[in-house]
Amino acid sequence: MAAKSKPQQKPVVVVDDVHIVYKVFASGRRATRGSAGGGLFARKLGLREVHAVKGVSFTVFEGESIGIIGSNGSGKSSLMTAIAGLNPVERGSIYASARPMLLGVGAVLLPAISGLKNILLGGLAMGYSRKEISANADAITKFAGLEEFIDLPMKTYSAGMSARLRFSIAASRDHDILIIDEALAVGDQEFRNRSEARMRELRDNAGTVFLVSHSMKSILDTCTRVIWIEKGELKMDGDPKKVVAAYNKHTGSTTID
Amino acid sequence: MSLAEYAREHGLKRVGAREPFFEYLKHAWQRRDFAYIMALYTNQANNAKNRLGRWWIVLLPTIQAGVYGLIFGVLLGSTRPENFIPYLFTGVFLFSFLQGAFASGATAVTGNLGLVRSLSFPRILLPANAVIQQIFSLLPQLGLLLVTLLAFQQPLTWAWFALIPIVLLMVMFGFGLATISARLTVHVADLNKLIPFITRIVFYVSGIFFSMEKVLSGYPLALQIAKLNPVYVYISLARGAVVDGYSMTAELWISAIAWAFGTLIVGLWFFWKAEERYGREI
Repeated sequence: MAAKSKPQQKPVVVVDDVHIVYKVFASGRRATRGSAGGGLFARKLGLREVHAVKGVSFTVFEGESIGIIGSNGSGKSSLMTAIAGLNPVERGSIYASARPMLLGVGAVLLPAISGLKNILLGGLAMGYSRKEISANADAITKFAGLEEFIDLPMKTYSAGMSARLRFSIAASRDHDILIIDEALAVGDQEFRNRSEARMRELRDNAGTVFLVSHSMKSILDTCTRVIWIEKGELKMDGDPKKVVAAYNKHTGSTTID
Repeated sequence: MSLAEYAREHGLKRVGAREPFFEYLKHAWQRRDFAYIMALYTNQANNAKNRLGRWWIVLLPTIQAGVYGLIFGVLLGSTRPENFIPYLFTGVFLFSFLQGAFASGATAVTGNLGLVRSLSFPRILLPANAVIQQIFSLLPQLGLLLVTLLAFQQPLTWAWFALIPIVLLMVMFGFGLATISARLTVHVADLNKLIPFITRIVFYVSGIFFSMEKVLSGYPLALQIAKLNPVYVYISLARGAVVDGYSMTAELWISAIAWAFGTLIVGLWFFWKAEERYGREI
């Protein structure tokens, strides 16, 4: 285990046998054979459990940037929201040296108000003072490349524009631990380059970065270690090139993108 | 060495762990700006939806009070309470605050799941935001109430200033109520369906448009029980302060203070107990 092979480094995040279970009300009509809840014609409303993460453990050290890969629905995002303390775990625990900051595409701000007001609101939610945010608002706007549109309501923004704004708000200050969940996938090439540069900067300032992405190229470009999660279990953990190669073999892709 | 011991040895803390109660409140207080600004912006956004915008904050309760005044004023005939219009307006406006605090508290967490799942902050700021929004609606209504009172030739007295502590106590009570409904709907989403009925029942038993003393004059025990109702307490106290012919009694003040502090403390504690749970699916 990584924890024992590098005892001299300072751990910042310890994930200890984490299980995440979602309980949802769902009709028991499932066509798959052998599953509980009856066949296609059973009509009952039952509480169904989805075991999203099944006993994952790993330790992350200071200054590492971790790529998280895996197919859709493999439990990556569930695990990341749990690390950020937003998603309660069923069993196991997660320990961290500072509160990890999650930045995902799902982050909801108020769509009816302007981008500028959303910068203020997002900053306040993250715990910054009004003064700090006012001082940073211009820089955030510039980083997001939204100078012309910042006074328009956020509902007029495209998906890419609002994702850029959210990333810029969260990345405006150094976080000890930053989790980026596919937030870069929607940005254009220019913004991607800028945000990747910013991520490297964050990492160099002794911060730890988690990056969830389906783009193997940005994983290989920015990460020093890759964790592959498949069906809620940790499948592989280690050197980016090796893990990405194994993952590509598993998915059947021949090119790296 | 287990991972847990290893983590503790290096000074790592469990993520998402609930803070001790007073530390939690202190943290929430440090972030109060968030609740305030969010309420301000949400209000602005809501007002921007209509042409008349924020005028609706005053128009809506006026229309409501007007409709009730017309219907009950005619229906009740000679059994109308003294000074009917000021009596009714005080009741309707204060009731709309309490009802709003309860109902918007109920959706404070469940309606902001996106926010809860993407940012970490003391969740109590969400019901706080809901109550602040209700205060923004209450203030212009109170202004309208004072104008109405003057128009109906209520003498302006020092007793009017008692409205300030009364409203403060009522806000404390409303915040307590909002935190309780915020957590309850997290556990049982179905409660949201019942809220309109609960508020209706409270509306009819709180003496908003009729005089409880008159209606229940033959049943002293029932009147005693009905007087424990906090909504009745706040509204009666406010009427005692501003409406001619009604008085603030020591009994009402004690009730109002007890309900305010009791509900607020119970509500904060109750909400804090489930802090780690908000954001979970069921």
